[in-house]
Amino acid sequence: MIAETGLAALWLAAALAGFQLLMAVLGLTPARGGLMAAVRPVAVVQGVLTAIAFTCLIIVFVQVDLSVKLVVANNHSAKPLLYRFAGAWGNHEGSMLMWVTILGVAGAAVALFERKLNERTLIATLAAQAFIGLGFYAFLLFASNPFERVFPVPAEGNGLNPLLQDPGLAFHPPTLYLGYVGLSVAFSFAVGALVTRDVGPAFARAMRPWVLAAWIMLTLGITAGSYWAYYELGWGGWWFWDPVENASLMPWLAATALLHSVTVLATRDGLRAWTVMLAVVAFSMSMVGTFLVRSGILTSVHAFAVDPQRGAFILGLLVLYIGGALTLFGLRVGTVKEGSQFEAVSREGALVVNNLMLSAILGVVLVGTLYPLMAEAMTGEKLSVGPPYFNSAAGPIALLLVVVMAAGPLLRWRRDDWKPLVMRLAPAALLTALALLALSIFGPPIGIFPLLGLILAAGVAVASIAPLWKRNLRRTPLHIWGMVIAHLGVAVTLVGMASETAFTKETLVAARPGETHDVGPWSVRFDRVDPVAGPNWTAIEATLTATRGTSAPKTLITQARMFYAPPTETNEASITSVLDGQLYVVLGNADDQGRWQLRLWWKPWVTLIWLGGGLIALGGLLSLIGRVLRERRSQRAEGYYI
Amino acid sequence: MKLRTVRLVLWAPLILFLIFVATFATGLIKPESKIIPSKMVGKPLPQFALPPGAPGITGLSSADFAQGEPRLLNVFASWCVPCAAEAPQLTQLAEAGVKIDAIAIRDRPEDVAGFLQRWGNPYQRIGSDTQSSVQIAMGSAGVPETFVVDGKGIIRHQHIGEIRPEDVPAILAAVKGAR
Repeated sequence: MIAETGLAALWLAAALAGFQLLMAVLGLTPARGGLMAAVRPVAVVQGVLTAIAFTCLIIVFVQVDLSVKLVVANNHSAKPLLYRFAGAWGNHEGSMLMWVTILGVAGAAVALFERKLNERTLIATLAAQAFIGLGFYAFLLFASNPFERVFPVPAEGNGLNPLLQDPGLAFHPPTLYLGYVGLSVAFSFAVGALVTRDVGPAFARAMRPWVLAAWIMLTLGITAGSYWAYYELGWGGWWFWDPVENASLMPWLAATALLHSVTVLATRDGLRAWTVMLAVVAFSMSMVGTFLVRSGILTSVHAFAVDPQRGAFILGLLVLYIGGALTLFGLRVGTVKEGSQFEAVSREGALVVNNLMLSAILGVVLVGTLYPLMAEAMTGEKLSVGPPYFNSAAGPIALLLVVVMAAGPLLRWRRDDWKPLVMRLAPAALLTALALLALSIFGPPIGIFPLLGLILAAGVAVASIAPLWKRNLRRTPLHIWGMVIAHLGVAVTLVGMASETAFTKETLVAARPGETHDVGPWSVRFDRVDPVAGPNWTAIEATLTATRGTSAPKTLITQARMFYAPPTETNEASITSVLDGQLYVVLGNADDQGRWQLRLWWKPWVTLIWLGGGLIALGGLLSLIGRVLRERRSQRAEGYYI
Repeated sequence: MKLRTVRLVLWAPLILFLIFVATFATGLIKPESKIIPSKMVGKPLPQFALPPGAPGITGLSSADFAQGEPRLLNVFASWCVPCAAEAPQLTQLAEAGVKIDAIAIRDRPEDVAGFLQRWGNPYQRIGSDTQSSVQIAMGSAGVPETFVVDGKGIIRHQHIGEIRPEDVPAILAAVKGAR
């Protein structure tokens, strides 16, 4: 019954999306303006229905209802509750339903809370949101039905890929999707504004909180995904330039650029066409990412739903939505008046450079991700593009971008001069020089990228706090705090990345219990191995004792796990966090002489990578709260919508 | 005139997007095949000169092949389990008089030495290809793969995956055919 309820809710939501589109399009014609009143309530109900459908899917997964095909394929009664719950989206159909649910709920949220936008633009926005929804409902209902029944009912399910049986599954996909699909709101806003030719500061101020919210979630999702891959895959790496990682990075880059250009539009009424373009590009990148993951066109650790037919379906949707939006852009944006002008040395100027560089990085990642495909289509050659390309092409631009990021907030709007800027940047430059001096005297020899990363991070850390200089901290607006913390987060992440690259120590040994091996400042004794059993796995568990100098020894436990449903082996790394880094130990296979393969890593300051990611998201959150509160106050002052 | 250029720029994103779509579409239409045959069969070996893959072993260069006699070129790695599984078959081929050279992919000399010690050494030369660049130039998509190269340095045959006992006669025939 529950599965049918979910399916019915989904069909109803699809029908309402059609109705919403119709009412909005008719309502925008002068004669039938009254129909517009129906759009908001319909959008809300549509959102509620998608939430009901998603709840139904979670219920059948938690109850392990084996009459549902998807549950049989991805679930097992022996699985712990958390993974039965999160397993609902650990597969193609379920994650697609989550995608559509977020799309519906985001539309409902716009309908409920958006009061600043011109009403006609808002109706056009909700029409665009409903139009996107229709296509993805069709995809779900006709090509990826999550509620399909199976008969006869099997006695047990096939289980879930053990790599996904991790708390990360409960957190990474939902946050990532909230960001990914949340960007649909920006896309719909852009389409709506193109339809009504209403691109200006009011539009930008209305769009900004939605972009911020999606961007925060995307930042969290990527950070969480990076940490998950780091500890679960047991390779000790935090970013692999895997096509699907790139697919999440590209919308983030576009959204980061959008976040900054929308500020120029809101504050100074500049960059009109560019901001609209970025809003279209950001969500387009999300859709392209979805396509890359689902079509099996690229091979990747994430490609869990390889099916060319589904790929063709999504490709059709891409042509319809991205192609449609870009056509509308080409037709309409010429009629959008150019906004106000500004000098090259100004806050706007720095933000334009920021946007160009983010776009350049986006281009580098896009080309690197798609190049193997392009090459194959044109010459039939198979090749792969690896980290050396991405690091050497995107790295320098990213470092330059960081320099601009240090200077940008210290510039005045409209026009500024070089001289005062140099004075304002002096403390940051001084610290950069000091860091360089300290590293070259006391540090070990390191590569040029990590070196630049470390010294620039020192400068950026100072420069990012500089906007607070001489301000009354209590009266500093929340969004300034947000900017400061987010920029500081970038510096923190940069330190983490650079020191992980430069200072990591690795030891690979075949060890017998009782032996001691050194890695970096640590001395690790291999105590013993024991067999252990968990709810749906058995494992060989190694116990080790790590000591560093005179401090208290730490006990490390790492496992090589054998899951029986489906039969797979995973390595559960032992990760010990201390203030200045992590000790990472993985147990490998045994040889026939009683020795075990052990991989030991000492990764100084590696935690800063994710701490910085968290700070960036926190900065976004503060900024969001600040902006929303400020709008509330100004609305109250004007006596609207109390 | 200037206005027209501006107009064209506005359509550039759409044009770019359509190019991507065309690429995607060709990628989707093409039938999925798990086996990726090399386009290099029938062509001369790419030029390469690789350092030794293990201590005490000669490195490998493309010049070693055009010496008048067919040779096998085995692409392997010490970290690859199927490579260990095919070791007895390679030894059998070497004992039958087939000359075998190898390229070790993304490997370390000490690991290769350990592999040879454990599974036997049927190779005359081993080149170390730490970046997979020669492997890619050869059109090889994975390990293990084995190529039959004739006495003029032309690739005559490609065997994808490990050589199982039942594959040995086919390899021997390919070597004979390459004479």
